[in-house]
Amino acid sequence: MDQIISFISTNLPMIYLLIFTVLLGFEVISKVPTVLHTPLMSGANAISGVIVIGAIILVRRSAPDDYFSLALGTLGIALGMVNVVGGFAVTDRMLEMFKKKKKK
Amino acid sequence: MLFETIIEISYLIGTVLFVWGLRQLGSPDTARKGNMLATIGMSLGIVAVLIDPTITGDNNYLWIAGGIALGGIIGWLAAKKIQMTAMPQMVSVFNGLGGASAVVLSMVELMTVDLDMGGRTISLFALLIGSIAFTGSMLAYLKLDGKIWDSQVTWPKHNIINQVLLVVCIAFFVYLVVQTPSTGLIIAFLLLSLFYGWSFVAPIGGADMPVVISLLNSFTGLSAAAAGLIYGNNLMIVGGILVGASGTILTVLMCEAMNRSLFNVLIGGFSASGGGGKDESGQVAKSTNAIDSAILLNYSGSVMFVPGYGLAVAQAQKALKELDDVLESNGVDVKYAIHPVAGRMPGHMNVLLAEADVPYPKLLDLDDANAALPGTDVVVIVGANDVVNPAAEDDPSSSIYGMPVLKVWEAKHVIVMKRSMSPGYAGIQNQLFFHEKTKMFFGDAKDSIQTLLSEVKNL
Repeated sequence: MDQIISFISTNLPMIYLLIFTVLLGFEVISKVPTVLHTPLMSGANAISGVIVIGAIILVRRSAPDDYFSLALGTLGIALGMVNVVGGFAVTDRMLEMFKKKKKK
Repeated sequence: MLFETIIEISYLIGTVLFVWGLRQLGSPDTARKGNMLATIGMSLGIVAVLIDPTITGDNNYLWIAGGIALGGIIGWLAAKKIQMTAMPQMVSVFNGLGGASAVVLSMVELMTVDLDMGGRTISLFALLIGSIAFTGSMLAYLKLDGKIWDSQVTWPKHNIINQVLLVVCIAFFVYLVVQTPSTGLIIAFLLLSLFYGWSFVAPIGGADMPVVISLLNSFTGLSAAAAGLIYGNNLMIVGGILVGASGTILTVLMCEAMNRSLFNVLIGGFSASGGGGKDESGQVAKSTNAIDSAILLNYSGSVMFVPGYGLAVAQAQKALKELDDVLESNGVDVKYAIHPVAGRMPGHMNVLLAEADVPYPKLLDLDDANAALPGTDVVVIVGANDVVNPAAEDDPSSSIYGMPVLKVWEAKHVIVMKRSMSPGYAGIQNQLFFHEKTKMFFGDAKDSIQTLLSEVKNL
């Protein structure tokens, strides 16, 4: 119990951030029209590639001979970058098609 | 000191750009700009983390450059080459890779760092959710791409197996949090989580795919947010939670569109609840041909197309748009009715029709389409089935009873383009095919539309 109480009091700003982000996320995304469901999903997919930042931190911190961390960290970077680059590029490609139609 | 502050502010700006970009993605006019803002936010975050002076170590920039180049090139090529009809597959694969990345990071954390209870909880959570997202998305991809059929991966009593697996996963998770786990146990937990992800998606298929893809999307987001907690990086936390929220909202919307609870989709499956449906013995469906249909379409005042997964399979979206153009030039008012769960992912039909240059004001959502249907002369159903099944309205014994459907039978004539009389994903017969207003036009959707098109041109 003491552990939990001290955890809460030391991590209060983090808990605020979590709660407000959850509320904000639902508020921002709740009214997306059906037309944009697929681009929203692939755009969100690209954002989930933000994990690449964690992988970069891991590799930067690793010792140069710690091949376990380096190899897995680099794998993490590559996987995350596929998400980031592929996700944003394909979303843009889709949205370009939506845009084109509007002018006609 | 100043430099460190600049880095901190870069993360902050990145966070704001994520939120603002997603907001802009919510409207067709600003969506492209929104995607661009999120891209800038991400780039800012990546640059910041590369030069962040508070991260001390040997940097290993060569490894990082290798990873970025490899992933970037693969992602870029995939995004440029992919067919629009294959978007659900692509989204699933990307989603799975995001989950895999979270798995890799949490494995390193668990194996190399001496974590306290809080750290273990977060890392194990990222490992569990990321693993489910990874193998679940990969199986979803294989199913969507037609490489694996539901019957090949579904075991007897699969739903019970899944419930047991889930309980075992949670128990194992709690045990590892409380105990200081050995390497062997962590690997066992990894394998169990990976297996659960596969098993969890195995019995779900067909029309339920949009729900499962949305749900896996939210899992990947949550695993990224958990990884953000591991590294104490706010950009990762906010990005991950936003994705989690977006995936959750889409999951809820898809469930509502089918009038089923998430629990029912995950546990039930149509097959478990039994077929139901009226006995159709002795009924004969009327078939029609290209010439008759062409005349009917060309001399009507208004036509509504109802596309479904069959349109994507036959890649018939461009042929359909051509037919639309010819009919419009002959004075016919053409609209499209889009059911929220038509296709295999949220918004699937919208993307296909956008690719074929159909202006989006011509696409009607469920409510608008149902309001317009009584005044429509001809409805043409292209590869859709369960979303136009009248059993959802009038047959309480049917497993899709209560699902909101397009009431196409309220139009004056209905033409159903279909390969054969086989039932849809839900495995139930569609009374619409035997309706007095309905005529069946058998054949591949693309071939049918093209012959219809040439007949209309010949009139």
